[in-house]
Amino acid sequence: MSRLPRTTANDRKSYTQMTQWSGYLGLILQGALVTIELTLMGSVLALIMAFLAGMGRVSRFFVVRAIATAYIEFFRGTSIFVQLFWAYFVLPFAGLSLTPLQAGVLALGLNVGAYAAEVVRGAILSVGREQYEACTALNLGRWQGMRHVILPQALLVMLPTFGNNAIELLKATSVVSLISLADLTFQAQVVRSQTGSTLMPFLSVLIIYFALALIISWGVRTLERRMARGLDGVRI
Amino acid sequence: MPAPIIKVDAISKSFGTFKVLDGLSMQVMPGEKLALIGPSGSGKTTILRILMTLEKIDGGHIQVDGEQLYHMERNGQLLPADERHLARMRQKIGMVFQLFNLFPHKCVMDNVTLAPMLTKGVARAAAEKRAMELLDMVGLADKAKAMPAQLSGGQKQRVAIARALALSPKIMLFDEVTSALDPELVEEVLNVMRKLAAETDMTMLLVTHEMGFAHDFADRVLFFDRGRIVEEGKPDEIFRHPKQERTQSFLKKIIAAGHRV
Ligand SMILES: Nc1ncnc2c1ncn2[C@@H]1O[C@H](COP(=O)(O)OP(=O)(O)OP(=O)(O)O)[C@@H](O)[C@H]1O
Ligand SMILES: [Mg+2]
Repeated sequence: MSRLPRTTANDRKSYTQMTQWSGYLGLILQGALVTIELTLMGSVLALIMAFLAGMGRVSRFFVVRAIATAYIEFFRGTSIFVQLFWAYFVLPFAGLSLTPLQAGVLALGLNVGAYAAEVVRGAILSVGREQYEACTALNLGRWQGMRHVILPQALLVMLPTFGNNAIELLKATSVVSLISLADLTFQAQVVRSQTGSTLMPFLSVLIIYFALALIISWGVRTLERRMARGLDGVRI
Repeated sequence: MPAPIIKVDAISKSFGTFKVLDGLSMQVMPGEKLALIGPSGSGKTTILRILMTLEKIDGGHIQVDGEQLYHMERNGQLLPADERHLARMRQKIGMVFQLFNLFPHKCVMDNVTLAPMLTKGVARAAAEKRAMELLDMVGLADKAKAMPAQLSGGQKQRVAIARALALSPKIMLFDEVTSALDPELVEEVLNVMRKLAAETDMTMLLVTHEMGFAHDFADRVLFFDRGRIVEEGKPDEIFRHPKQERTQSFLKKIIAAGHRV
């Protein structure tokens, strides 16, 4: 007589644990999506600010230079925590209420944009004087020369550091957990408090942050290779 | 007799306390081919850069094609030129640099078409057609799609010449355009210049250490020393029978250094 396999109490426990784990993993992945969203939107804002302020820094108008410098110094000189709290808790008093996501994007974009602005400025200044002179000799206007000659060459110099800035921004996104935005770090803490397990949530977020950073590095390197093509004599 | 196309009147230029040009005056007739020679540091590059508006003057006046270069006439008064005036004056002048200054991120064709399209609103098709003619003229029609980094020095310099010509300037400035080239590449660039001199009525100012070429190319030679024109005349006069002691000793040194005259 054959005996039916009987599920033991132990088996049942590990089964429910498994469905629970996959549920918790789902939470963490949701958090990862929020983190990715913040990183992308923050990077776009940071990029815009970087070019505005970086080019403002080399403007021939004093007022423009002063505004750009003030922005850069202010956002580099105060912490991103404080900037986020201002964006989320203080701006409403000025009649501007932001969702946690908007506040996060604003703080991240402005903060990282200030660092990246210095990268833009440095890259513009790194383009040789002879390129500016060729622009003048060909009668290109200042903006035309900037747009068609200087910036395309400067962009190549900026890219590697922009990659670092984007990774910094990715890592900084975790501050939004402080205003209860359910990003990767926030969800990891939720899972930890619900399961009592520390290793599983923190190991997963470690891996996910690292993977995201790798993707950014890889993307920037690919872009760099593509843009450098032809400059070194390699056939395009 | 036609009016001079360039009239430099007592200009001075200092870098810090160092006076590079000291009350320099000169005139250039339309279509004239002028060679500027002289020892290193005598201000030859500086005068070309001043004509290209790459360098400001401290004093004096320059007239180009009947108009003040660094000044605007407003109600009978001379005011410092603004950016718009300078841009208009730059249309009359083109310059070729010692180190080519090509745009490394653009292919040969785009190097040549960029300025006509941006500054004169020439349509791409027309700009490319004209660029092909010019590239053909400098012998590089097959390199239109190449990037500057793929070209030899001589080829780069010929592209730079085509690029400057694309704007059809009345005056072309050449600053030691062969001195950064390997000896075997010099001739291909000089040939293009000969062709230009023979086939166009452009006014050409040429700074050079190639005395043999200056002799054949120029209608008139100016000998510079310490920011002044010490001697000027027909190539034969300057090279065969220099009057000034400084010109003589300069030419002696140049010949001793192995240059053909
Ligand atoms: N931007 C600058 N700042 C300071 N000094 C300068 C600058 N440009 C030129 N000079 C100086 O001015 C003097 C004249 O320079 P310029 O380049 O006109 O000489 P040149 O006749 O072209 O000499 P070369 O035959 O060596 O090219 C030189 O002593 C040079 O060092
Ligand atoms: Mg010189």
